[in-house]
Amino acid sequence: MAGFGFFWSVWFGSVGVDESLVMKEETGRAAAFALGVRALLPMHLGVAPFGVIYGVVALQSGIPPLAAIAMSSIVFAGSAQFLLAQLVGAGAPFLLATGAVGLINLRHALYSASVAPILAQLPLRWKLLLSYLLTDEAYAAVIPHLLKTPQSPLAHWILFGSGFALWAGWQLATIAGVLLGAQLPENLGLDFALPLTFIAIVVPMLTDRVRVATALVAALVAVLLSGLPWKLGLFAAALSGLATGLVLRRAKP
Amino acid sequence: MNVWWLMVTCGIVTFLIRFSFIGAEGRWAMPSWFRSALPFVPIAALTALVAPELLLVSGKLALIAENSRLWAGVLAIGVAAIWRNTLLTIAAGFAAFAVLRAII
Repeated sequence: MAGFGFFWSVWFGSVGVDESLVMKEETGRAAAFALGVRALLPMHLGVAPFGVIYGVVALQSGIPPLAAIAMSSIVFAGSAQFLLAQLVGAGAPFLLATGAVGLINLRHALYSASVAPILAQLPLRWKLLLSYLLTDEAYAAVIPHLLKTPQSPLAHWILFGSGFALWAGWQLATIAGVLLGAQLPENLGLDFALPLTFIAIVVPMLTDRVRVATALVAALVAVLLSGLPWKLGLFAAALSGLATGLVLRRAKP
Repeated sequence: MNVWWLMVTCGIVTFLIRFSFIGAEGRWAMPSWFRSALPFVPIAALTALVAPELLLVSGKLALIAENSRLWAGVLAIGVAAIWRNTLLTIAAGFAAFAVLRAII
């Protein structure tokens, strides 16, 4: 029954009040995990078609079906997997492909820095697990919650919930894409769910002028440098936004 | 080139990037200026992801009436600013996107 209650709380968010301390901690974890899962759910609208297309593109690049599916858990990074599939198809050298994947994923170091103080007290196995699951989507979905209560002893369960939810959805979408084979799904514009969700997350964070300036500079640089390869424009934009926030906050504390 | 070796190497590289600061926490003293920049990470990084999606069409700046993602996104920003509700923001953005795509 504990298992059932756990899943019930994941999907419906209602957690009953229990008498014993042990049960309280368990339901607290379940509720935190469920919070993470629910925060991520809308992103599946955008991630699912992306994963299906990845599966199709990987096969077209000549990657064997099993390897295409395995890549989604071994690399587990959407845009890097697309790039890797293309590079394999083009016969790019090993070091170039590895370097390109590293550059495209550089922005994840920023997420790592952002959550590091929150996860500081956790045992190594948790740090390894949550690092593996640290993606744009999983981070974005729960960072408002994590920043609100950074000292929460259950913060890692929230991040685990969103990370796991994205991971599971990504694996299923990849398998669907590989099974579909050569057939690309019709573009319904569902990928628009991702920018919309990011908007829903970022806009409420813009509570003062310094934060608005941070966002404006990041947007401007991202657009100006969008022509750079390997998403380096994104990384430069994020750093420019950070520098803006930092300098303005120092100037006017 | 062996695809499997390439995948495993890229997986390790990706993992090490994600583990970088999480793993280093406690082993090095994060400089205070660095720590004070962290609250800006979600704003800067996520805005950098969104802006090109709204403003660019096929890699070119498209401040035009036909760019339905831009106007649906602007509406979503307004909805998010007023109601601060994730699902409402996504629903409004999608509704505007669908209507604009149908019209244009």
